[in-house]
Amino acid sequence: MAETGVVRAGMMTAEEILAPSPGARLRKRIFGHFGLMLGGGVLLLIILMALLAGVLSPHDPYDQQLARKLIPPFWHTSPKVTWDHVLGTDHLGRDYLSRLLHGAQVSLIIGFAAMVISGVIGTVIGVLAGYFGGRVDMAVNFIITTRLSMPVVLVALAVVSIVGSSLTVVIWVLGLLIWDRFAVVMRSATQQVRSLEFVTAAEAVGCSPARILLTEIAPNVMNHLIVVATLEMAHAILLEAALSFLGLGVQPPTPSWGLMISEAKGLMYFDPWLISIPGVALFLLVLSINLVGDGLRDVSAPENRS
Amino acid sequence: MGERVLTVEDLRVDIPVAAGMLHPVQGVTFHVDRGETVCIVGESGCGKSLTALAIMDLLPRSAKRTAMRLELQDQTLDGVAEARMADIRGNRMAMIFQEPMTSLNPAYTIGNQLEEAILRHKPVSRKDARKRAVHLLGRVGITAAEQRLRQYPHQLSGGLRQRVMIAMALMCGPALIVADEPTTALDVTIQAQILHLLAELQREFHMGLVLITHDLGIVARIATRVVVMYAGEVVETGPVDEIFRAPRHPYTQGLLACIPVPGKTRRGERLGVIPGMVPSLVGEMPYCHFASRCPIVIDECRAAPVPLTSEGGRGRRVRCIRAADVAAGALQAAGTAA
Amino acid sequence: MLAYSLKRLGVALLVALTVSLITFSMIYISGDPALAIAGEGARQQDVENIRRFYGFDRPIYVQYLDWLWSALHGDLGRSYNLRQPVADVIFQRLPTTMLLGACAITFALVLAIPLGVLAAVKPNSIFDRVSLTLAVIGQAMPSFWFALTLILWFGVYWRLLPITGQDSWWNFVMPSIALGYYVTPAVMRLTRAGMLEVLSSDYIRTARAKGLKPMRVLFKHALRNAIIPVVALAAVQFGFMLGGSIVIETIFQINGLGYLAWESIQRKDLPMMQAIVLVLSIIYVLITFLADMLNAFLDPRIRVA
Repeated sequence: MAETGVVRAGMMTAEEILAPSPGARLRKRIFGHFGLMLGGGVLLLIILMALLAGVLSPHDPYDQQLARKLIPPFWHTSPKVTWDHVLGTDHLGRDYLSRLLHGAQVSLIIGFAAMVISGVIGTVIGVLAGYFGGRVDMAVNFIITTRLSMPVVLVALAVVSIVGSSLTVVIWVLGLLIWDRFAVVMRSATQQVRSLEFVTAAEAVGCSPARILLTEIAPNVMNHLIVVATLEMAHAILLEAALSFLGLGVQPPTPSWGLMISEAKGLMYFDPWLISIPGVALFLLVLSINLVGDGLRDVSAPENRS
Repeated sequence: MGERVLTVEDLRVDIPVAAGMLHPVQGVTFHVDRGETVCIVGESGCGKSLTALAIMDLLPRSAKRTAMRLELQDQTLDGVAEARMADIRGNRMAMIFQEPMTSLNPAYTIGNQLEEAILRHKPVSRKDARKRAVHLLGRVGITAAEQRLRQYPHQLSGGLRQRVMIAMALMCGPALIVADEPTTALDVTIQAQILHLLAELQREFHMGLVLITHDLGIVARIATRVVVMYAGEVVETGPVDEIFRAPRHPYTQGLLACIPVPGKTRRGERLGVIPGMVPSLVGEMPYCHFASRCPIVIDECRAAPVPLTSEGGRGRRVRCIRAADVAAGALQAAGTAA
Repeated sequence: MLAYSLKRLGVALLVALTVSLITFSMIYISGDPALAIAGEGARQQDVENIRRFYGFDRPIYVQYLDWLWSALHGDLGRSYNLRQPVADVIFQRLPTTMLLGACAITFALVLAIPLGVLAAVKPNSIFDRVSLTLAVIGQAMPSFWFALTLILWFGVYWRLLPITGQDSWWNFVMPSIALGYYVTPAVMRLTRAGMLEVLSSDYIRTARAKGLKPMRVLFKHALRNAIIPVVALAAVQFGFMLGGSIVIETIFQINGLGYLAWESIQRKDLPMMQAIVLVLSIIYVLITFLADMLNAFLDPRIRVA
């Protein structure tokens, strides 16, 4: 193994000569990452469209015009195609583009809020387990194992059906169910940081656990937290879509992408674009969030730091 | 001396790295006869381990090996297809690695891993393979060999695992064994036992042994001949007694000054240190590699590459244009002048 | 190994017990289960009758212990909706879901492990990049949408596979792919990472130094070690699949546990919902326990401690 050390040492000396400035390195790390840029761009675009849905929508997403139902989108060659409904209309004659834009709001709100709730729960118990270890760790491990053994979609559906469905209920149910990955990652990240010398040093000078957690541990597990947050937001969005698709998520007539697919599935043999459009939208949103998450993981990985 | 087992002439290893081409091994020339122990010495990073891997053709994928001559007995190893090379490896030449703790597969028993070595190369039955494994384990000093065969690597200590590695290398009765710092990772007390064992087995089986080490004490005890490497090159080679008695390269002399010699080094006397740093091996370096650290460097040293030239018979070769001056005590003179 | 197994079994039992408690309390989330069953606008008298009939008037801990005691004896209550013992219906539907899950995990492993090995053998090659890209894309596709898209292309346009039902093996092809593809990226990444790590280890160099043929080095020495964590992952994913089968079974109308769950959720069949959640959780606990045992068995460092 001594030799690999040399190979590296040889590279180091050469690298030192050509080393870019820290700023240039950071820029290269961020801009050099194609996936991160692409994902970030698409995500930003979707967020902007959701924020400006009220302005951008050509029609009221709830406005039913049965006389103009099932108009195909612009790339079709049907005589019914009209630029008034760029992406066509659904079975009740509602403008598909307007519903898609408002649906982005629903996906983003649910994804973000559920992620925040699960993030708070998961981080708190994960950090506590990682920091205190011993019995606390055992208890948290047990809670995580128990949670993992319960099927998420099924429990979510059951609870929503008992309590009754609404946007708030869906957010809370998802938030209370998907904190497991936060807890697992935060636990091991905290364990790692905990064993580092500056934490021991802080303990030695008599800092309180609360202070150490806030000033020493928190900044050093932040990168992991952000990465998991993106992945869990994508997870929550997919789950919401699945719940709505099964009719127990967001309730009609609220435009949700999962619900749009559900409403269209009976018609998909005749008008497949009815499921392709919201499906592709969901896919792009989840893909862009995942790309941002993967990109952030690469950028913040210790081996890429200097 | 007996039959020529290994011939290495102008061996080079090139590895492309971010900053250009790395030349960790360049111009390595030496040979090993049957019954000889040749020690390759040098500080860490001089290319000795890569030389060993290059001989075995086990270099990392990105590394490129070239050589004027690279022969095992009468068989050339240069430019041989991987399938043919695999027939030779572990069969006619074997290797012992530095890290016994990680060099055995944790998923298989010792017996499985030992037998596999011979079943691959020789037309023997499983039963005979097991017999040979038991015999060799006994020979490398492992008691209760039958039981050991059924154990997994994690159940054995580092010293035992290295003995297993040695037995594994012997399974096919190779003509050459390459041992890359086989004792570095072991306890000091066990180091001596393992080396003693290696030397004994080398005599008994009449093999060629290439032993890579940075421990000159070991060299003095078991080497027939010595190859001194510095910054990827062989700087001096020859019979062990001559090298120790009269080093002709400033680096060899500096290296020998770093070890205390009983009866010669006076109590309280300071041991030598070689000042300076090993040069980067990225890119070409068409002059003496030791120039930047040499106390008797002259302008000519930096003018052109220095060839490895024969010095006074008995296979002595030195890569220094001032070899004669070194022999005459130029270094000591420079030392007192400074 | 024995001590480890016993400890692990103890944890598994404790988890199962906790899950039973959570599952039991599910019916109290809405507040009054009797009211929930009776539906809105029911007469006070009816609600009271229901409460007495189902025993909701007893103290909660008595209800739980009674429920648990019955459950341990295989009695999971009667379905409100099907008027049959819940346990009978569940065990009638369970094999279908297990079969679907087994097909799906097989599909995922058969696809993902070779891809992961190939990607690790030639890291950063075109092949490696393409398969990683496909993995990223695959993970972003909502499973129900993917299932519908499969139906559209393979069932409707190309007419290669039957769309719904469970009359032949062909019926299981699309559902297995739709359920299994989501696991493929994770298995592939883990196989690739494991192989990359193992391939750079010292014992692989030893194996090569013995002159073993490349295929033997790859499969006997490398894959054997890299596969250990994949086994655990596959087991966990199989557990998740059983839970996720609700979406796929509903779309393909496969009469398994998932479809049953969806029906009972729609009809607010509380005992049935409870029982399905409990059964799936316990199966998950059992599978992860077996996976841990298998893991320990595959890794001599745990097995022969």
